[in-house]
Amino acid sequence: MSTETENRFQTALKEIFSTSATRTVLSVFLGFVVGAIFMVFSNEDVLKAAQYFTARPMDTIAASWSAIADGYSALFRGAIYNYERADDPVAAFRPITETLRFAAPLIAAGLGIALGFRVGLFNIGGNGQLMFGVLWATWISTRVELPFGIHLVVAILMAILGAALLGALVGFLKARTGAHEVIVTIMLNYIAANLLTYFFREESLLRETGGGGTPKSDAPAITAQLPKLLGEDYTLHLGFALAIIAVVVYWWLMERSTIGYRFRMVGHNPHAARTAGINVERTYMYAMAASAAFVGIAAANQALGATSGLSPSVDAGIGFDGITVALLGGSTAPGVLMAGLLFGAFKAGSAPMQVMGLSPEVLGIVQGSIVLFIAAPPLVRAIFRLPKPQKTTVLKDLVKRSSKGEEK
Amino acid sequence: MKTEVTPGMFSQAEIAVSKKTPIVMAGFTAIVLVFFGILGTGDVVVWQFTKPDDTFALPDFTVASNTIGLIIGVVLAAITAYAFVLVSQKKHPALWLSLVFGLLAVIALLSWLAAGNKVQFAFILSNAIVLAIPIALGAMAGIMSERVGVVNIAIEGQLLTGAFLAAVVGSLTDNLWVGLLAAMVGAALLSMVLATFSIKFLVDQIIVGVVLNVLVLGVTNFLYSQWLANDGKNANFPGTFPIIEIPVLSEIPILGPALFENRITTYLAFLIIPALWFFLFKTKLGLRARAVGEHPLAADTVGINVARTRFWWVTIGGMVAGLGGAALTIGSVGAFGRDMSGGQGFIALAVVILGRWHPFSAGAAALLFGFAIILRIWANQVSPGIPTDFITMVPYVVTLIAVVGFVGRVRAPAADGQPYIKG
Repeated sequence: MSTETENRFQTALKEIFSTSATRTVLSVFLGFVVGAIFMVFSNEDVLKAAQYFTARPMDTIAASWSAIADGYSALFRGAIYNYERADDPVAAFRPITETLRFAAPLIAAGLGIALGFRVGLFNIGGNGQLMFGVLWATWISTRVELPFGIHLVVAILMAILGAALLGALVGFLKARTGAHEVIVTIMLNYIAANLLTYFFREESLLRETGGGGTPKSDAPAITAQLPKLLGEDYTLHLGFALAIIAVVVYWWLMERSTIGYRFRMVGHNPHAARTAGINVERTYMYAMAASAAFVGIAAANQALGATSGLSPSVDAGIGFDGITVALLGGSTAPGVLMAGLLFGAFKAGSAPMQVMGLSPEVLGIVQGSIVLFIAAPPLVRAIFRLPKPQKTTVLKDLVKRSSKGEEK
Repeated sequence: MKTEVTPGMFSQAEIAVSKKTPIVMAGFTAIVLVFFGILGTGDVVVWQFTKPDDTFALPDFTVASNTIGLIIGVVLAAITAYAFVLVSQKKHPALWLSLVFGLLAVIALLSWLAAGNKVQFAFILSNAIVLAIPIALGAMAGIMSERVGVVNIAIEGQLLTGAFLAAVVGSLTDNLWVGLLAAMVGAALLSMVLATFSIKFLVDQIIVGVVLNVLVLGVTNFLYSQWLANDGKNANFPGTFPIIEIPVLSEIPILGPALFENRITTYLAFLIIPALWFFLFKTKLGLRARAVGEHPLAADTVGINVARTRFWWVTIGGMVAGLGGAALTIGSVGAFGRDMSGGQGFIALAVVILGRWHPFSAGAAALLFGFAIILRIWANQVSPGIPTDFITMVPYVVTLIAVVGFVGRVRAPAADGQPYIKG
């Protein structure tokens, strides 16, 4: 009896260590380790100390340690809490609000890409959809006058609608002609980027009033700007709230709604879905539109969260970052939320690292490594000697046993 | 043209879409006739086919811009009508018809852009070829890995690796050949990661590809700003390969200078594209590779080692992409720049599909994009008033139309992206 409980405990323990949550944490840890390695080997003090490594190895180790500590403490100060300004609470807590502000569009775009993944579509066109959404939203926010409140709502809806239309076009082309969504979305990325630049360049369209030759738009009208959430001291705006709403909507859509059930069914096995009477082509179209609609929330964030004019680089690569966010988040609502927050923290923490003379691009390496480890479960398992995930879970086992017991 | 259609060879959609070709042609004809012809200006265009110092200089050809637009527009209308006739007789318009159509449309576009100016044809063509090389080689890498059933999204990362290593190793060792070798080996190692993860660990191939791109971009960006930007003289000043003029051949008018006055990277690409075609379609090795990509189980049954075949084709494909990356730096401008590949790997991905996984078609598609890049630069020079954003858009729109209208439901190798688990 006691051995059996022990076995069951061991099995449970094994399961905890082979679940994706543990693996995710370990992957993030490994990502930071890889980043630390790059910090060490690009640090001048370390390289100097390494020249006399055999004579005084502790120097090298100390220099390495301080390189890593300096780098990651700068990240912490920039992204979470600035303890160097502890005297001034406003300044001390500003970093965490910046993290939330940067995370908002990443979360929204990540949800969009994640939705595609769940349906078996690879939406690599987040950037294009975002730019198309920005185009529509900027038109409303700078060229149309509407009363306070309505203006913002219309502008947000237009951002979502604009992006969703471009997504629907991809889905339509895929459904009608079988054109591969990867190639279509890549092409639309370029087309949308050029279209936006053109609109920002032409005086009669969206160019800044009285602006010069560089393509730039006006700042969104005050009535169409996303209002600040925490007063004037912080730049955090309503965009973050929109992203949180998007997370909830995504969860409901994918886990609770009929259409979400269809999405997942097509994603699991399109042939089986077709046999079950689902119109797979039409589902692809809806899914692309829905995927792009979430990206459109990121577009609203970029277009209406600004207080000055927009440039054609308004996308900030969010459409592509959304892919890594979706991968890290395992395409689930809470996962994407956490992944978006992490990468938002990376963006917020870049500035203090730059000030220290450390290129913040090391965070790009951390970001890439994390997702690499996430993508390769066997690799992480091999590094930490974790057990393989069990095919039957304890819970199922128990249910089986109890049902057997009932039968007896 | 063969009219036999084996059942299952073409999908239902492909038979039904055959009318798209003439419809798309009609659209382009209308644009040429109206915008370039009727609404075009009467300013003259000088077509220069050869450089003045060429051995066989051809005379310049001078004509009014709108006249060219009208004449070509009428010819295009005739081709369109012919295509409609073919379709009504339930025949597929031949590929050469589309190619002739495209070429004429491009001539009309160039003439319209250069109204009151010159079209330096030799300049455009030779630059288009040089700019197409990285895309073409990236596409060859894509073909090599997709033909054996591994989707390669990491072309972008492979190009970037190649570009970076070629410039940096070339500078540090002061030897461009070592740089070239480093580029090929580095990109091959990156491919090995892709191959190992997708073949051994059975990780989703698209995901691995995306991740590798992110990682390479992160590493090269970091090393660039932390190291190359401060120590450019030592680490990022490789110079370029010399331009080799092939005697006799480079004297051919128009094509000679474009094809036979190039750097070694370009010549290697000229060799690799037909060599890949030969290996894929004319050798036992290629047959086995294609079998692995189409039906791994059957290939396994007749004794082909699926995993090993995939691994080596993907890896050698990486070497080719690395060469393409080297063509970006030491085969063209020399120094490495941030995010130097700038999405060309993704274009290569599109080129693979547009070229239907065939080396020659993909090479031609790559040339289209090379042409597009030089067109943007050139259009800015000859007619600054033109909205260049739209000119830049042209190749992407054309690709989109080609994929939607002409290529349609392309058939990838059947096992593309499918991991093979030996049962």
